[in-house]
Amino acid sequence: MAEPAQIEKVITDSLISFGANAEDVNRDAELTALDIDSLDLAELSQIIEEQFGVELTSADVAEIHTVGDAIDIVVERA
Amino acid sequence: MLARDGWPVAVNYRSGEAEAAAVVASIEAAGGRAVALQADVADPAAAGPLLEGAAAALGAPVLVLVNNAGVRADGLALSLTDEDWQRVLETNLGSTYRLTRAALRAMIRARFGRVINIASVVGPRANAGQANYAASKAAVIGFTKTVAVEVARRGVTVNAVAPGLIATDMTAGIPDVLLERVPAQRAGTPEDVAATVAFLASAAAAYITGTTIYVDGGLSA
Repeated sequence: MAEPAQIEKVITDSLISFGANAEDVNRDAELTALDIDSLDLAELSQIIEEQFGVELTSADVAEIHTVGDAIDIVVERA
Repeated sequence: MLARDGWPVAVNYRSGEAEAAAVVASIEAAGGRAVALQADVADPAAAGPLLEGAAAALGAPVLVLVNNAGVRADGLALSLTDEDWQRVLETNLGSTYRLTRAALRAMIRARFGRVINIASVVGPRANAGQANYAASKAAVIGFTKTVAVEVARRGVTVNAVAPGLIATDMTAGIPDVLLERVPAQRAGTPEDVAATVAFLASAAAAYITGTTIYVDGGLSA
């Protein structure tokens, strides 16, 4: 069972590795403002699936607008 | 040629077990690493297990994918059967899509990848009697361009190689009159195509993506 803090760290680290500025990454940050695009989200989905066993469909991903949205959906299903 | 460049090679075959074993043997004799894997890539369920099998056998994810499976079932469009259409589209285009989709997962994570799709001069150009084949190969070129754009910033290149008249089993029986239309006045060899594939897989081709290289002795010029 993954801890919410661990999920937040994996997601945050992934977004930073995709090029988001570390100081801009917080729960309320919009992914588009962080320059996170659909390819980044596809890769993030893979990472989440591998690390937490949570499979995100393209419909799920379409509902993710902020960093907090991403964390919450994984915490909910992990 | 990929093996000569140091790549371990997984050789997929559908029914040509002896031929695949001969390719593996020739690679190993030259000091390379290779393994033969059976799968019918026209089967939608084959792509994932094939790539996983290759990764397991070679001890590394597949970062160079050559989509080379191709069949033809010729006939004028007005007399093609649905089976002729489906089989050619599934093998030539469907397998390219499914294997590329599966392989891109590891490639985008690795920030490196090479997808090399074998197209044809038929598709960009007409060839009476091959509407299904032409449709599949033209579609492979369109697919190549768009996927290339989608993944370019992850260090993954996606290109097509369009052979002309190459001396293989698939072109056996093609009349000499066609050769006269080739400016080079000869059929190409599998080695001509392999050299282009090896180039596209190499570090030297890192900035080439979304394009099609014709290996056709000038036929398309």
